[in-house]
Amino acid sequence: MATKASSAEGSQDTAVTGGEGEDGLRRRDYLKVGAVAFAGVGGLATLGPLLVQMSPSADVLALATTEVDISKIQPGQGIKVSWRKQPVFIRYLTPKEIQEANAVPLGELRDPETLAQRTKPGKENWLITLGVCTHLGCVPLGIGEGENKGKYGGYFCPCHGSQYDTAARIRQGPAPKNLFVPEYKFTGPKTVQIG
Amino acid sequence: MSFSWARPYEPKHPVARWIDERLPLPRLVYGAIGGGYPVPRNLNYWWNFGVLAGIFLTIQIVTGIVLAMHYFASIDGAFNSVNQLIMRDVSAGWLLRYAHMNGASFFFIVTYIHIFRGLYYGSYKAPRELVWMLGLVIYLLMMATAFMGYVLPWGQMSYWGAQVITGFFSAFPMVGEPLRIWILGGYAPDQAALTRFFSLHYLLPFVIAGVVVLHIWALHIPGSSNPTGVDVKDEKDTLPFHPFYTAKDGWFAAAVLLVYALVTYFAPNYLGHPDNYIPANPLATPAHIVPEWYFWPFYAILRSCTFNLFWIDAKLWGVLAMFGSILLLFFLPWIDRSPVRSGAYRPVFKRFFWLLVVDVVILGYVGGAPITPFNAALGQLAAAYYFLHFLVILPLVSAFETPLPLPNSISESVLHGEAAESAPAGQASRPGSVAVATAE
Repeated sequence: MATKASSAEGSQDTAVTGGEGEDGLRRRDYLKVGAVAFAGVGGLATLGPLLVQMSPSADVLALATTEVDISKIQPGQGIKVSWRKQPVFIRYLTPKEIQEANAVPLGELRDPETLAQRTKPGKENWLITLGVCTHLGCVPLGIGEGENKGKYGGYFCPCHGSQYDTAARIRQGPAPKNLFVPEYKFTGPKTVQIG
Repeated sequence: MSFSWARPYEPKHPVARWIDERLPLPRLVYGAIGGGYPVPRNLNYWWNFGVLAGIFLTIQIVTGIVLAMHYFASIDGAFNSVNQLIMRDVSAGWLLRYAHMNGASFFFIVTYIHIFRGLYYGSYKAPRELVWMLGLVIYLLMMATAFMGYVLPWGQMSYWGAQVITGFFSAFPMVGEPLRIWILGGYAPDQAALTRFFSLHYLLPFVIAGVVVLHIWALHIPGSSNPTGVDVKDEKDTLPFHPFYTAKDGWFAAAVLLVYALVTYFAPNYLGHPDNYIPANPLATPAHIVPEWYFWPFYAILRSCTFNLFWIDAKLWGVLAMFGSILLLFFLPWIDRSPVRSGAYRPVFKRFFWLLVVDVVILGYVGGAPITPFNAALGQLAAAYYFLHFLVILPLVSAFETPLPLPNSISESVLHGEAAESAPAGQASRPGSVAVATAE
């Protein structure tokens, strides 16, 4: 790290310092670089805790599963539950809605997925998705009784006008993806565990 | 500071002298905002808004510190601590809270006028590029601070504002979603997000104050610009900041503070949104969600990107366009290459400047209005024009425009017509002075 000037100066009194190598570096330069590099790495390492403290804490991660009783839901109805502080839509599709979803050619979709890929085998009438618009995170309408279901009979986001179909797939508007299907499993005939 | 005729500091009081010899702070203040700072004598009222921005920053810091003495940064307590404790129970709490709420709006009003003054008079041009860029840094910090402050009452607009604005980060491929979760400390805005926003909302105003010092420091190297854009040539062109501009800034600040007081007392919620008086509900988004008015133009640009283009989807385009609309201002000193600073001497530039003002007002309207096919189309047009102005029109204008002749000096430009004014009543003044007056 010695500058040209200081090494030139150093070369005049080589006899005094005695540590200069052929390339103009002195022993002291190794000590300087070594010490500063050591402190620099240590300084960077202290950034670690300052950055990771902002990640979700253990208590937030501990809320990772939610068990829901779905026995009261009638065909055509849906409920909104909270999972990891985010809304989840659980919707009991009618045969007509299933048929509508299956009638759409995959090529027409922005984010091509079939209804079967978005539900569990044998449980195609249960559509479980996050109630978080994939655009900027608003809660779409359409799960509650009498809410606007949008042009495609699924969900409608009031913030920026995204429209989802009966398989909660994006059909129109600024959202890039289908409503996200979280991890879930049926733990009983009428109970489902999300997460 | 920058001119040879700047008055040196001569302490009058022995205590001031005693301090100055040990810590030259009085000298620094005298040279910065006292009689030791020579300022062009022809500044018009558009030059008052920088000082006003400083005044509103001070108001925000003072009211903010006392509000923080009563506020609870908890998702169960925040809403009530603002709307019950501060607004009803704390003595004068309602006044402090409304003063802080409207102080933010007024801070943005005077800052926007300050920015547009810089745009019109070419204050961003050499040698003041760093003054301009530091100003933009202050503006970005103000936006971050205002956003986090708006989250603190934890009403519906607070909550959904936090959700949507942190959602911007999720637009970036790969790193976006992990980044959003890291910023929030959870999967949705919750306790972790509220506490860290409170911490940063308290910190950032002091960072702003620090950058303000740099902004003024950089300004005082070349000295203030002026409406003619002509450089200061000699002492005749300037006046000491104190008492001339302290007096002018003082009365004008009183006038603006009067308007601020009127709004704070008689229409305190006019600039806010009623939905923020509903406690945050993570399971239901308000039907009409908009940010605070000072973000509307950028929100309109964000919403105007509704189509995928190349390999980038509409959502990412929106976020890039919104950030880009501010970032491109950092390059303005090199986009506008005309050697003439002031818009007053640039006939073509002047017209496009006012078109830009109209364009930003339209963007502001669209950003705050509900989405209809007409508004969406209007917003797209206005957003496209915004970029067209800076990226195409401005470089072309600065290349092809013929500017008007500049005055020889600041004092010549302001002292015309003196002969006419001092001529005896009923007697025409000398023709020469009239000619100068009409040329101006």
